[in-house]
Amino acid sequence: MTTTEIQTVLKKFRNDKTRLVDILLEIQSENGFISKQKIETIAEGLDISEVDVEQTMSFYHFFSCKPRGKYTIYLNNSLVAMMKGREKVADAFEKELGCKFGEVAEDIGIFDTSCIGMSDQEPAALINGKVFTNLTSFRAREIIRDMRKGMEVEEMYANTFGDSKNSSKLVRSVVRNHIKRTGPILDQNFQTGKILQKQLALMTPEEVINEVKRSHLRGRGGAGFPTGIKWEFCRRATGKKKYLFCNADEGEPGTFKDRVILTEKPEMLFEGMVVAAYAIGASEGILYLRYEYSYLKDYLEDVLDKMRKDGNLGKNPAGIKDFNFDIRIQLGAGAYICGEESALIESAEGKRGEPRNRPPFPVEKGYLGFPTTVNNVETLCSVVKVIQNGGEWLRNMGTKDSTGTKVLSISGDCLFPGIYELEWGFSINTILEMAGAHNTQAVQIGGPSGALVNPDQFDRILCYSDLATGGSMIILDESRDLLKDVVMNFTDFFIEESCGSCVPCRNIPTLLKNKLTRILEGKGTMKDFEDSQNWANMMQINRCGLGHTAANPIITSLENFRHLYEDKIQKHKDFDSGFDIASAVAESCEFVDRDPNI
Amino acid sequence: MSKPVIATTSLAGCFGCHMSFLDIDDRLLDLIELVEFNKSPIDDIKTFTKDCDIGLIEGGCCNTENIHLLKEFRKRCKILVSFGECAIMGGLPAMRNDISVKECLEEAYLSGPSTVNEDKILPNDEELPMILDRVYPCHEIVKMDYHLPGCPPTADMIWIVLHALILDVDIELPYEVIKYD
Repeated sequence: MTTTEIQTVLKKFRNDKTRLVDILLEIQSENGFISKQKIETIAEGLDISEVDVEQTMSFYHFFSCKPRGKYTIYLNNSLVAMMKGREKVADAFEKELGCKFGEVAEDIGIFDTSCIGMSDQEPAALINGKVFTNLTSFRAREIIRDMRKGMEVEEMYANTFGDSKNSSKLVRSVVRNHIKRTGPILDQNFQTGKILQKQLALMTPEEVINEVKRSHLRGRGGAGFPTGIKWEFCRRATGKKKYLFCNADEGEPGTFKDRVILTEKPEMLFEGMVVAAYAIGASEGILYLRYEYSYLKDYLEDVLDKMRKDGNLGKNPAGIKDFNFDIRIQLGAGAYICGEESALIESAEGKRGEPRNRPPFPVEKGYLGFPTTVNNVETLCSVVKVIQNGGEWLRNMGTKDSTGTKVLSISGDCLFPGIYELEWGFSINTILEMAGAHNTQAVQIGGPSGALVNPDQFDRILCYSDLATGGSMIILDESRDLLKDVVMNFTDFFIEESCGSCVPCRNIPTLLKNKLTRILEGKGTMKDFEDSQNWANMMQINRCGLGHTAANPIITSLENFRHLYEDKIQKHKDFDSGFDIASAVAESCEFVDRDPNI
Repeated sequence: MSKPVIATTSLAGCFGCHMSFLDIDDRLLDLIELVEFNKSPIDDIKTFTKDCDIGLIEGGCCNTENIHLLKEFRKRCKILVSFGECAIMGGLPAMRNDISVKECLEEAYLSGPSTVNEDKILPNDEELPMILDRVYPCHEIVKMDYHLPGCPPTADMIWIVLHALILDVDIELPYEVIKYD
């Protein structure tokens, strides 16, 4: 890209530095990296310093200032990918290319990446933004050979396109939905536009908020804040303008339900955004779509276009006077933390996705300083159903404190991984039975930030007052080593994804990992066990939800699988540093050519 | 009753923590009333002559000599204190931890811009301590009972902690004493 071409891109975004992420994505799309020289041009065009550009770039996994190859393979290293044989695939890539992960050979780069939302069809990878699922070592070698021939990425698909909308003209991906159980959200009889035109148009914003409050709907992202109350705060907040965000940065490992909703029910989602915007008085909506799902972007844009043509978006949606609302799609660039609402807003403003201090809350001061509501994909779909059937209807489903349905992403050791929509209030046992799980040793509820639950608790109920969940359930059978495979993988995940702002979150997961490593090597003592517990408690002083929960893999496994640790601990020693003097001096002695005398 | 015995040493440190120790000024006079010193630069006793109650360790471990000494202290002292940033985290010497020890030696003895070593002699005499692959904080070698932060810990902190350990009372450190910036 020449300087003039870069300037054209900048101009397209009105030289607005808050659109830096979009600008970088567009410029990088040409050859997969952004050189120092291009950074200079961007900085000059946006009237910011080069460091400003670099600090945003360096925050996101998918930006690079060094070449990452004509083909760039990002192979998922999440727990479920590991369980389904990722290591063999990774080995095949490395052997075929003769290079390690994190390196480029023959203009092909291989890199790790955190969960890409394909836990029901792992091992999976993103190759130049396209999703490849169900990989094997055979396929890995085949893909590299296809690359050597210079094939287009789409030509490398070995299987047919996925089911339903996955095979539509604008998606054309091999991803499969695996919808196993439908409900009001995955409603097959949903009629586009009808609810907006026939029902929303007859309501006032206050009536909408009251109906949602009456439904007791709570946010489906995981935290469970009452949606109606959030909207009311935002409606009451003063600001010249208000914004509505849909959080489609589904990054919790093991979660993939939003991907399926975005694929199958985007109309319902966008209508939910219209409802929410009408309620809070927003004129602009932003769908924050994680980079991993960028293969859906053109398709979603097309849905938005249709909605505009049908009069359900843009000027006076559904014919409502004094109400204008449009939606744009904001892509992320690879950062788990951007699923946290204030980090998501920072990211949409073109900055590093670091969570903000609260107060002020986004409903008071959010995107660009204006009152902003951020709602999860599933929440916004539920809202449409509340408008359709009334708050009372939703309240009659589920439990007293958790009304309605929950779309679950089930993966791991079971016969039928996929998407299940259920009323709140089901037990873990029910789910295991439904998904065809046998010899289950443990279930990870709510992803790494949730809890590792043992069989004694399988009769516990999923709802906000017992086991809350954003929807991820990873089933682990007796063949799994919970500490080595699960807790270690999750701890690595948090080390990778911490934004680094708060000291405990930046350091403690690494310290805990060191402790766990020692325990697994048989060098641990009771002291390590106690330290882990005490240090993990310090995570509560971090700023955001990621920080608060980043030690949960350790905390919940210590709680529920204490015996696994105790079995590995040296009971006769109260301290063992594990320090080995012979290996510590080996390198220097070799270099100076002397025999170690220890 | 005999007085409590204190030992101190500086491993991979700069003696700054010991300097700060001297900064307790006239309280030194109170201290020698309360305790007896054994192995320490304070009285220049080179080897332990008896078991001690409190050991103050300045500096982390960068070579085998440091390791032996630290282990000796652990054997001889009831309470062992990481005394200052280097003992706690490796401190400034640990800046080499991101570079391989081979590269460090190469730069120091062979390829550094100010190095003159025509015969390419490397430090490999049997008498010399061996260099560790990285600089270790003390608690990664032996069990440490207390950690006194600071580069160096302030004289007031040293005094408060020592005083409390000697009299076997709770250590009370006001915020001002542990706040460094």
